[in-house]
Amino acid sequence: MNLFYHIGRYTALLSKVFSKPEKTKVFFINLFKEFEIIGVNSLGIVAIISVFMGSVITIQTAYNIENPLLPKYLIGLTARDSILLEFSSTIVCLILAGKVGSNIASEIGTMRVTEQIDALEIMGVNSASYIIYPKIVAAILIIPFLTIFSSIIGILGGWLGGVMAGVTSTEEYVYGVQYSFNPFYVTYALIKTSAFAFIITSVSAYQGYFVSGGALEVGRASTKAVVYSSIVILLFNLILTQLILS
Amino acid sequence: MIRLENVSKSFPDKQVLKNINAVFQKGKTNLIIGQSGSGKTVLLKSIVGLHNIDEGNILYNDRSFTCMNFKERMEIRKEIGMVFQGGALFDSSTVQENVMFPLNMFTKLSYDEKLERTNFCLKRVNLVDVNNLYPSEISGGMKKRVSIARAIALNPKYLFCDEPNSGLDPVTSIVIDNLIKEITEEYQITTVINTHDMNSVIEIGDNIIFIYNGEKRWEGSKDEILNTKNKEVNDFVFASELIKKVKPSRI
Repeated sequence: MNLFYHIGRYTALLSKVFSKPEKTKVFFINLFKEFEIIGVNSLGIVAIISVFMGSVITIQTAYNIENPLLPKYLIGLTARDSILLEFSSTIVCLILAGKVGSNIASEIGTMRVTEQIDALEIMGVNSASYIIYPKIVAAILIIPFLTIFSSIIGILGGWLGGVMAGVTSTEEYVYGVQYSFNPFYVTYALIKTSAFAFIITSVSAYQGYFVSGGALEVGRASTKAVVYSSIVILLFNLILTQLILS
Repeated sequence: MIRLENVSKSFPDKQVLKNINAVFQKGKTNLIIGQSGSGKTVLLKSIVGLHNIDEGNILYNDRSFTCMNFKERMEIRKEIGMVFQGGALFDSSTVQENVMFPLNMFTKLSYDEKLERTNFCLKRVNLVDVNNLYPSEISGGMKKRVSIARAIALNPKYLFCDEPNSGLDPVTSIVIDNLIKEITEEYQITTVINTHDMNSVIEIGDNIIFIYNGEKRWEGSKDEILNTKNKEVNDFVFASELIKKVKPSRI
């Protein structure tokens, strides 16, 4: 019953969120602020994780295909597909659920407990739309770019790690990355990422928007935002993979 | 004018407001007083629609706020200014941006006109050279004044203040009280203040309602409150030794 209560309240919140903004100009100002907070400010962490994970995927793949019958270019090919299909779309979104999701929940939760949301409502502003709508739109537009960025950095990291560890050469790795490339994998990754971006922002905003109490509850909401976003992302990863690739 | 008719409100574990009737007149400072936990804040939040009431009716100039849908309420709220207990200023915005916010949302004024109005409102609450400071960089009294400036930016018809003196020293409290009273009379606003500060009651209480355990137990003016024979009001008003000493001279 509790699950249905939350689903109902989440749906009601979204119906309030997706209403026409009071002032289009204000909406776009907020949207560009969110591009910076969600996208630009996440570039560093995405780059660091991608370069290291790319390297590890390459080295692990190399150790798993030591059979002399298997060509060395398979290392590049496997690293590329792993990064594109799963790491840059799903794992990066799980990391963003931690960074962006907790930030959104604590920001909105703090606004709730300090009565800033009440102040917006009293002024006649649709607080849900004013606060949450730009975050959702910004995330859906910018996180796919982070995925592309992560894929490029991850593949470069794989090359760097593979060559430095001596498990592959530049020629073999580049050949493997280019070999039998299916462009639909990029489309698949971007569709997944857009869905995950919506999940991260809407679930976290829901957790923050309905906080009641004080600083302790804001902290709890922040934790719940990360946990629930991650679970819903994993669930939808399975559903979308089955729907798109089968 | 705001009229409350048999307003009742319950939470799952407790009935907080019981059949409250009251009239808040235009151009007067109307005070809701009572002990902590008596239901003052719930009543104030019910009047502005942050809580939905279970029974009764709330009328703004004979327009039933209770029967309005979400959109109609939003329209009424554009006529409302509210000063929250903690100020409720937007942390990530400067003082100027906070005061300019309602102008940005609901007017088509040019930037210069909005800036002029913002500076006028800030000057009206005796704040100068603070435009570019953030809420974290100003004192509690200044936050309250910025909050009042934001509340009056759109020339509201109704002003609500939730414990405007809480956390302030006595001198700043009197400044805030007098400021609210001046603004109320100057712009003929219907002002409703929720307080348990007896200084405010004696200084600015044109019309006072006393809430006890969710019920309205007494109504009168600042002159009448010192002479009432109502036991609960007397227990509340003369809880302070200072007020006890003041009483004979007032009478």
